[in-house]
Amino acid sequence: MEVTLTHFLILSTLLFSLGIYGIVTRKNAIMVLMGLELILNASNINFIAFSRFGNFGLQGQLFALFVIVLAAAEAAIALAIVLNVYKTFVNVNVDEIDELRD
Amino acid sequence: MNIYDIIFYLFAAVTLLSAFFVVTTRNIVRAAFFLLFTFFGVAGIYVLLGADFVAIVQLIVYVGGILILLIFGVMITNKITQVDIKTGTIHTLPAAIGVGLFTGVIGAVILNTEWFEIKTDIPVSTLSTLGRMLINEYVLVFELLGILLLVALIGAASMARK
Repeated sequence: MEVTLTHFLILSTLLFSLGIYGIVTRKNAIMVLMGLELILNASNINFIAFSRFGNFGLQGQLFALFVIVLAAAEAAIALAIVLNVYKTFVNVNVDEIDELRD
Repeated sequence: MNIYDIIFYLFAAVTLLSAFFVVTTRNIVRAAFFLLFTFFGVAGIYVLLGADFVAIVQLIVYVGGILILLIFGVMITNKITQVDIKTGTIHTLPAAIGVGLFTGVIGAVILNTEWFEIKTDIPVSTLSTLGRMLINEYVLVFELLGILLLVALIGAASMARK
């Protein structure tokens, strides 16, 4: 079977679903971040696949680059937040940090 | 089935299998290493799609930067001295059902859509075209992203320091 646009879209759908599953089920905040990275990669595959199989020039690849830059900024900020949460609560389990709930 | 298809299935299998282990393994460090293979697989997919520069950036930024940052986060926020780098999972069954339904719906939509494909000729090296686009039409986005990255990194450093 020849590889077409559909194959790449299915691949990115599966990657996205695995990322969602990781975000929903994981307790540790860093594992939630890893799920987020999977989702961003899935979106990038979509951008580049449509850039290859549509008549848009290279704009899809450019937006994939922008997404990578945003992912880097997001990872740095999130790690700083996780570090502060660890200093305050001594663990980083997202289901145990519920101080605001009464 | 020609060589292109075989390479695609190889990279897709590497990506999906290691992504599956990332979200199921209980050991955080092991998950981080499987994430490495996922990023390599996705970089291979980019090369197959003719995006050589994006693939290199993916390797440099994700594998060299974000993954190292995540591993540092794991090392700082876990008591490495006790062997307790495990993490639990919650709500696995409802999450699996929901995600399965979601995947089914999106997959059915993708499979039933008549995609209008034009296989454009990607130049052998995309670098010069991308560079020209970055300093012509997209120069405002480029500069804004630079400022955003600077502000985010300064903010992260000052938040983590105090």
